Amino acid sequence: MNIIVCVKRVPETADADVVIDKSGKDIERSGLVFDLNEWDNYAIEEAIMLKEKMGGTVTVISMGGEDSNESLRKCMAMGADDAVRLTDPAFVGSDGFATAKALAEAVRKIPHDLVFAGVQAEDDGFGQVGVALAEILGIPHVSLVNSLEVQEKKMKVHRELEGGLEEVVEVDLPAVLTIQTGINQPRYVSIMGIRKVAKKEIKTFGVSDLNLKPEDVGLSGSYIQLEKIFLPPVGEGAQMLEGKPEDIASKVFDILKDKGGLT
Amino acid sequence: MKKIIALAEHRQGELRDITWEVLSKGRQLAEGMGAEVEVALLGKGVKKLAEALKPKANRVLLVEDDRLEAFNSETYQKVLTQLITERKPSLTLIGHTAMGMDIAPALAVQLKMPLATDCIGVDVAGESFALTRQLYGGKVNAAVSFRKNGPYMITLRSGGFPVVEKEAFPGEIVSIPSPLTDEGLAKRFLQYVEAAVGEVDITQADVLVSVGRGIKEAENIPLVKELADMLGGALSCSRPVVDKKWLPKDRQVGTSGKTVKPKVYVAIGISGAFQHVAGMKGAGTVIAINKDPKAPIFSVANYGIVADLFKFVPVLKEKLKELKKS
Repeated sequence: MNIIVCVKRVPETADADVVIDKSGKDIERSGLVFDLNEWDNYAIEEAIMLKEKMGGTVTVISMGGEDSNESLRKCMAMGADDAVRLTDPAFVGSDGFATAKALAEAVRKIPHDLVFAGVQAEDDGFGQVGVALAEILGIPHVSLVNSLEVQEKKMKVHRELEGGLEEVVEVDLPAVLTIQTGINQPRYVSIMGIRKVAKKEIKTFGVSDLNLKPEDVGLSGSYIQLEKIFLPPVGEGAQMLEGKPEDIASKVFDILKDKGGLT
Repeated sequence: MKKIIALAEHRQGELRDITWEVLSKGRQLAEGMGAEVEVALLGKGVKKLAEALKPKANRVLLVEDDRLEAFNSETYQKVLTQLITERKPSLTLIGHTAMGMDIAPALAVQLKMPLATDCIGVDVAGESFALTRQLYGGKVNAAVSFRKNGPYMITLRSGGFPVVEKEAFPGEIVSIPSPLTDEGLAKRFLQYVEAAVGEVDITQADVLVSVGRGIKEAENIPLVKELADMLGGALSCSRPVVDKKWLPKDRQVGTSGKTVKPKVYVAIGISGAFQHVAGMKGAGTVIAINKDPKAPIFSVANYGIVADLFKFVPVLKEKLKELKKS
């Protein structure tokens, strides 16, 4: 089973104080910690577990600058065999569709039975790339996968629907699956583990290596573009309780008592 | 006449809420564009659903086929490609749901149609649309525009658009022949699997103490569990806690978990991602404890406390013990 996993390096913003930069089109990136996109972490783990069970290879692909090598090396430390980085000035400004086009051309160059992508990325949250990639490649897809089982030339997978419901789907291979968080427990990668793969080659592909024209990708190959970013308008908002922790705790007691929170 | 086609979403015999949201937004946009709004309903034996949709659109486009009994993006894509190619809507609206995420990106590629996903705002802008999306898990909003000419496809965030009651359309149901054949499919729907029933039903609790990513380690869960016990409530959580297997899935509040309506909801270390808020916005009173003053949870909470939960929760527990005695 040869598996390709599409990954992305993203800033960790869940606990960070996010500030809009001077361009008004992005957030201030200095001071933020970057890591492998959370969904992709589950996707690479799932691919490596399949490889350990069935043999074959795992190749990771990422579009991005040299910084992205860090995430690719993390994937190799987890157990991926090869890494490919798509890099070219022409890729700048790519939306989900343009990204899928570039990934598709890279995937075509690598033998594969299965392609994984995260359901979405933590930063732009398109939730689009994996499914668009499958359509460009002309192969089937299943999105929001939260468990899977390989059978003869096909797979049986569970899709996560709303409200705790799942649907079970059978899909012929090769296929693209978009992987949901929680499908497994991604392994921990030690600093030693990353050091071990520090010298491993990371291949790079530019537009000319990918059977693409510069205008197919980047902003010119995209369907949407970002105009500006802004902080979400705050609604009425909460009444903030301030003061000494003990005093706040007393206020919380009064609120709980008043609102039926003490039973 | 220009038209908008909205896709109806249904599952196990019932129209899903997103259908009314998409139709309501579709109608508003259609009014702004001088267009008609049509709703595409694909299924097997869904005439009753078509009747329910009739007052909400100029036309219900009904495609019935035994092969459309359950959603499958492959069959849906074949039907919708033909429908959209023939009817040439200026805009196709789909919910950004488990179904929409499985069909829209592929359909847009096949139709060579510009697609914007998970939009929380859509306004008419000349022949195009001005869009609002969210980035970085909802910490930032983005104004987005289309770079190419239409027709367009947009997916709308579930729960992101209100359902506005308006005068009913006289409506009509137009049956459209299914283009599907017995040709084999690369993807086959097998069955639904219902959520496992847990020991505690959080949807029935009057008081929920809910814990999120901020709890950091599984070992810290008892800190919050004890608070829930003291209040006679149940312990629930947000998605990251379930993903990390710290609590079972039946404790999860949110889009992919449970929708809860307790009298009091105490959110501890929960940032308030949209998917979580969708599951708890019906709570009577929400008290949120988070160390980030900009956490989105504070815009839906009634009371907010900016504090390190590991410092504040023990103080709160002591105080509750003391005051409960007196």
